[in-house]
Amino acid sequence: MKTASKIYMTLAFIFLFAPIVIMLIFSFNEAKSLSVFSGFSLKWYQELMRDRETLKSVKNTLVLAASASLISTVMGTAAAVGMMKLRRRRVRKAIDTVTNIPMVNPDIITGISLMLMFVFVGRLFGSASSLSFGTMLIAHITFCLPYVILQVIPKLEQMDPSLSEAARDLGCTPVRAFFLVELPEILPGILTGAIMAFTLSLDDFVISYFTAGNGFQTLPIRIYGMTKKTVTPKMYALATLIFFAILLLLLLSNLAERKGEKE
Amino acid sequence: MRTKATRLQKLLLYPYGLWAILFIVVPLAFIAYYAFTDNSFAFTTENITRFFTATSSVTAEDGSVSEVHTYLLIFARSLKLAVVSTVICLLLGYPVAYIISRCNARLQSSLITIIMIPMWMNFLIRTYAWMTILQDTGILNSALTALGLSPLHIIGTESAVVIGMVYDYLPYMILPIYSVMAKLDVKLIEAARDLGCNGFSTLRRVIWPLSLPGVLSGVTMVLIPSVSTFYISQKLGSGKFFLIGDAIEGQYVANNLHFAAAIAFVMMIALLTAMALLRALADRKVSGRS
Amino acid sequence: MNKIIELKNITKSFDGEVVLNGINLDVYDNEFLTLLGPSGCGKTTMLRIIGGFAEADEGDVMFLGERINDVPPHKRNINTVFQRYALFPHLNVFDNVAFPLKEKKVPKAEIEQRVHEMLDLVALTGFDKRSVTTLSGGQQQRVAIARAIISKPRLLLLDEPLGALDLKLRKDMQVELKKLQKATGITFIFVTHDQEEALSMSDIIVIMSEGCIQQIGTPIDIYNEPTNAFVADFIGESNILDGVMLRDKLVSFSGQQFVCVDKGFEPNESVDVVVRPEDVDIVPYEKGMLRGVVTSVTFLGVHYEIIVDINGFKWMIQTTDFVDVDEQVGLSIDPDAIHIMKKSKYSGMFGDYSSFSNELDELSDAESESVEHED
Repeated sequence: MKTASKIYMTLAFIFLFAPIVIMLIFSFNEAKSLSVFSGFSLKWYQELMRDRETLKSVKNTLVLAASASLISTVMGTAAAVGMMKLRRRRVRKAIDTVTNIPMVNPDIITGISLMLMFVFVGRLFGSASSLSFGTMLIAHITFCLPYVILQVIPKLEQMDPSLSEAARDLGCTPVRAFFLVELPEILPGILTGAIMAFTLSLDDFVISYFTAGNGFQTLPIRIYGMTKKTVTPKMYALATLIFFAILLLLLLSNLAERKGEKE
Repeated sequence: MRTKATRLQKLLLYPYGLWAILFIVVPLAFIAYYAFTDNSFAFTTENITRFFTATSSVTAEDGSVSEVHTYLLIFARSLKLAVVSTVICLLLGYPVAYIISRCNARLQSSLITIIMIPMWMNFLIRTYAWMTILQDTGILNSALTALGLSPLHIIGTESAVVIGMVYDYLPYMILPIYSVMAKLDVKLIEAARDLGCNGFSTLRRVIWPLSLPGVLSGVTMVLIPSVSTFYISQKLGSGKFFLIGDAIEGQYVANNLHFAAAIAFVMMIALLTAMALLRALADRKVSGRS
Repeated sequence: MNKIIELKNITKSFDGEVVLNGINLDVYDNEFLTLLGPSGCGKTTMLRIIGGFAEADEGDVMFLGERINDVPPHKRNINTVFQRYALFPHLNVFDNVAFPLKEKKVPKAEIEQRVHEMLDLVALTGFDKRSVTTLSGGQQQRVAIARAIISKPRLLLLDEPLGALDLKLRKDMQVELKKLQKATGITFIFVTHDQEEALSMSDIIVIMSEGCIQQIGTPIDIYNEPTNAFVADFIGESNILDGVMLRDKLVSFSGQQFVCVDKGFEPNESVDVVVRPEDVDIVPYEKGMLRGVVTSVTFLGVHYEIIVDINGFKWMIQTTDFVDVDEQVGLSIDPDAIHIMKKSKYSGMFGDYSSFSNELDELSDAESESVEHED
């Protein structure tokens, strides 16, 4: 890199990380101030640990993300495999277009549209609040699916189509051929898709906001509630913990990748 | 080839097909349905009409009062701030993507990971962090005062909203541009050099046109969330700059679902049109290659 | 000899385009049979129908006397060596070769022993633990063959298996494949568009064009007695002229009468006459049965390839005698060098060298190869 490039990149990274670093520092601030650092303390972390509602929302978020990514990965992978066999261009194009909708549409539209349907269907059955964990799960699966499909399709396209034929030629039933030969080939795509689905679900606020029931609160919705009021550094402590959790995850997945490459 | 194996494979598409119809296509129809009905689900165009005709009085800074089209104004403002943010993201992000794509493979993947880390932070928290930074008594102004400079009033201005949008969505601009550039054959650049281009004209005549698909998806990925956001403006604009997303959310909270649907409907149509135009424009530019 | 495969009136079309049109073919035990034809002639589709990867629209596929149209590939005692090998990249050499045995639940010790025997047979001893992605093209080829024959199929299908190898390796593999076929006694059906490969390896060659079989025969039959202009042109070089069969053993072409060895045509029947370039002798102008001017001379090492213009028809002649461009020469043709064919739809399409150039030939070869991958 040239010097000018180095300076530019440094500035870019400062811009990207300044807010995070500031949060990190002020989460250890003794006073409540978010601009003057008056002394080191862990009290905001202690307070966070006593906040049952936040801790519950963390658990909720993880349960939701795990279920949504599992279901969308299985359904999305199956869909991608099926899509590869479509010979009629028009059908394939129609499916591609529909698949793209949740990615191209603003989150707020996806959220509102699902909410309207859930409310309408709920009224048909006479229930006052039809929004629940179930509706949120449906919403999350829906917006995760395209990302899974988009990760798996290229792997299927790269794969030599005669691999599956070779396996069948050598004595496998079509189903066994898929699991023995094709699945290992597309597994990296499936895993990436699953991880993307998981993180998208973890991070989603807008769609959850519109489709969440009263009883079920995810972490982003909880944070939204916290920022409505005056914020204490407690939230910074939370942000810091999330940051390090993410860093750890990234590090682990990077290590796994490196190991995979060596093999 | 229609053998049994392929018939079996096609069956796998059915669960997803059903899901996509039930939870992607049908809900969109519900937006239209709600937009064109009243509370008792009778057909009406009132919600749409209201969007285009509702007025309210605004008091300007000099105290003069004027009558404006409420939602058209909000819509125009959303569009303006989103376009400004997108342009800034492109200007800031393009060089970053270019510089990263010229590094060696090892460094590339590390730099991209670093770019992605802020994306993984919840956007509410990221936005909130900027609020505390930009506040009149925030870190930025403390630092400026300490350096003997006069403090800036940023929070509650359109600039603050733009800063928030740029910060939140910059990685969405960098990543698609980078992924196109990383696949560019180095030999193309060498060929351009060989044929007499200097660094800048190589960029202008070879790299830029070839990176257009990435730019297009970057622009889409920044424009769409920034035009529809409803949180950034509330926090960084101190609630003074209502955007279209805020309008939808406001109506949702007030339980005016039909009007919320009407606003969403208009926004969706506007976005679809804008995207089609953008794509047509890009196709014309790129068509020289195909 | 036993019939291994019988194809009965096989027809197949894709999207309304007929790819195979009424194919009838018997393949016998222990044969090395080659399907030869230009790209798009339907040879790969035919192989896929035999392997079970495509279904015929009409007609029957019989395997050892039984109809197998509805038998899926994994239940056919037929294996395939795929065009680009289709080795499983996530398995090493041993596991690739052991794959079919594991599917059949063969005991572990026996698998071990048979895989090693097979690796010895294809000269890959000691490669067990290597990743298939690190192997050279030739080595991958051997793994693919070993994998396909380890479960002792009655029939092995090979889809242009040598297409990806360079010329030298290709020649070596041709010899090895032939040896392997003799050693194992497995019937081979080999698909190629390379006529030299077909001539050097096969017991029987099936020449195909436009979804139809043009000729079935031994390499020598096909070279010496092509049935129509397509076959004559596709196999080797040929001068193909319009002629009239005056009576048995007497034909007229290029305005002259020639004694030949063919008979059984109608008197004065229009025919195609084939004369191979190496069967024409250059003689002094005044002694020639035909007379013309040399328009080009190309030195090819073993011989010269010269083009002679005779009344506007360009003949290709291979000769070891040097002649110069613009020289007037005579041609002499022995009776047994003249081969008479019935008129066909291919008459008049081939056999004149007026636009001949080596370069063009190579270009069209390369083109046909790249198209071949798509069918």
